[in-house]
Amino acid sequence: MDALLPIQDRGGPAQPLLLATGLRKHFPVAGGLLGRTTKVVRAVDDLTLSVAKGETLGVVGESGCGKSTVARLLIRLIKPDKGTMVLDGDPVDEPHGITVNELRRQVQMVFQDSYASLNPRLTIAETLAFAPRAHGLPAAEARDRVRDLLAKVGLDPATYADRYPHELSGGQRQRVNIARALALRPRLIILDEAVSALDKSVEAQVLNMLVDLKKELDLTYVFISHDLNVVQYLSDRVLVMYLGKIVELGPVEAIYGDPQHPYTKALLSARPSMDPRKRTREAPIQGDPPNPIDPPSGCRFRTRCPFAEEVCARSEPPLADTGSQAVACHMRVAGSGHSRAVAA
Amino acid sequence: MAVQGPTLDIGGAVLMKPRPSPASRGYWQSVGRRLRRDPVTLICAGLLVLIVLASIAAPWLGLADPYKTSMVRRLYPLGSPNHWLGTDELGRDMFARLIYGGRLSLFMGVTPVVCALLIGGLLGITAGFVGGRVNMAIMRVMDVFYAFPSVLLAISLSGAMGAGTENTLLSLTLVFIPPICRVSESVTTQVRGFDFVDAAKASGASALTIVRVHVLGNVLGPILVYATSLISVAIILAAGLSFLGLGVKPPEPEWGLMLNTLRQAIYVNPVLAALPGVMIFITSICFNLMSDGLRAAMDVKA
Repeated sequence: MDALLPIQDRGGPAQPLLLATGLRKHFPVAGGLLGRTTKVVRAVDDLTLSVAKGETLGVVGESGCGKSTVARLLIRLIKPDKGTMVLDGDPVDEPHGITVNELRRQVQMVFQDSYASLNPRLTIAETLAFAPRAHGLPAAEARDRVRDLLAKVGLDPATYADRYPHELSGGQRQRVNIARALALRPRLIILDEAVSALDKSVEAQVLNMLVDLKKELDLTYVFISHDLNVVQYLSDRVLVMYLGKIVELGPVEAIYGDPQHPYTKALLSARPSMDPRKRTREAPIQGDPPNPIDPPSGCRFRTRCPFAEEVCARSEPPLADTGSQAVACHMRVAGSGHSRAVAA
Repeated sequence: MAVQGPTLDIGGAVLMKPRPSPASRGYWQSVGRRLRRDPVTLICAGLLVLIVLASIAAPWLGLADPYKTSMVRRLYPLGSPNHWLGTDELGRDMFARLIYGGRLSLFMGVTPVVCALLIGGLLGITAGFVGGRVNMAIMRVMDVFYAFPSVLLAISLSGAMGAGTENTLLSLTLVFIPPICRVSESVTTQVRGFDFVDAAKASGASALTIVRVHVLGNVLGPILVYATSLISVAIILAAGLSFLGLGVKPPEPEWGLMLNTLRQAIYVNPVLAALPGVMIFITSICFNLMSDGLRAAMDVKA
């Protein structure tokens, strides 16, 4: 029955909506005799993040850096090896907290592949009604909700409710996916590359719709993308990931205006420039990211960092607050032993 | 007006609305449409319907008594008066025996596959959806059955349990559970990897609901197609068991058993001796071609 009403805010605006502490996920790689686990992929390693109420947290990074694993961890599609999550003051999956199902009622997700994320055998109305029905909403009310949802995402209910996914365009399908994520009236939506597969013009429409929906429904977003421009447009704060670790985290103006980690700088300078006089002359980072099965010791970026020194191999830089943002780099830690370290 | 789709009638709401589409068909409707355009599948299905109906209605078709022997009228050739398909080695009417024989042969072809479909499908879908250790346990047990060739397995099971219809059904069911289970497991594993299953999990629905709504509809098609192709194997295996004396006992009319008893007549009247084989051939090839047609019709990548 709780699916019928929107969830009331409890902790007040200062309490983070979602607080994840020390999340870790290592995927076992079967190998050797009898398929024993011999190695692990360190997809996400001791990641701590908080999402404030009403904000959009952008998550950027190269492919394979663990962005999607973070998304799936936050909605518990995969179980973390370690770490805790707190949703508006309630610990998740702990004796005195809320269950994973209650978490999923408040946190929903939009996937990248608009086609694979819709069941080809169900009509749009059936897909949208599935979650509310599973939570016990009567059929008649579910039908009303489907109509509302379709209207909210800009699709005419009379035209689209009884169609099948293959009869819709990519943009329309992604609108349906967004409508499905809204079906349980969640508070937080995780958008995992939700617009990456769309045409630029359609992408812009869907992005604007997301902005409008956020205002209208008082939503909070975690927006995961490899597209730096889109993240800049949408986000309040940005989290930069590299090989399963946070390298830099801060307000969007700080990250884009004054990037401090060499990786963030490289990422941002790799953006195609709109100004022909500011042409990118050379590739800022060479090579591919190292294998997450066997990440480099110390700082994981050191193998591709132009400023890497002996200290970077020896110890792992902490995520240090520099006032405007948090950076995980020895050059930003006074007395770290790096020759370019800031003065104390 | 609505049928014409987008028009240049500026000011009308028609302009922005897509054409009310008659194309909004369900999956099964589009499969049916494809099947109707496939003559081979239609002919095979028609033949099968004919054979099945004739077998069921055999007592009311005014046929000769399939059990009535005659020492005088033995091994009449095809086209004899009153016995247009001849008579067998005991003088029984071949046409009547072939039609009556379809009852047991079809029954022994279809029943084990249906039973195996229920058990193997359940096991396979469970293994595929749950994964992990459950999958490992179920599939390794199936692999043990795979170690034996299916014919050998059927013969040894029937041999161990003794001849008779029930034991034949039981042994054939056991033979068909592993392949159906394996196919079900692989399609379920594939479907489980799609994002829509993750989305359903993320909506907090129970595993049973997810399987019912999201998995079954996507895996049942391929499993059914595969099971249809197994019916012909089952008919042949059942006939083979009867031929070896491990299945149906005489004097019951059954195609495999008839093939066995007519064996001695092969030098006298080879065409006659081949007739039960022809029936087995036609029935099994119809099942096979129909299963191919179904597979093609269901293979929609819209």
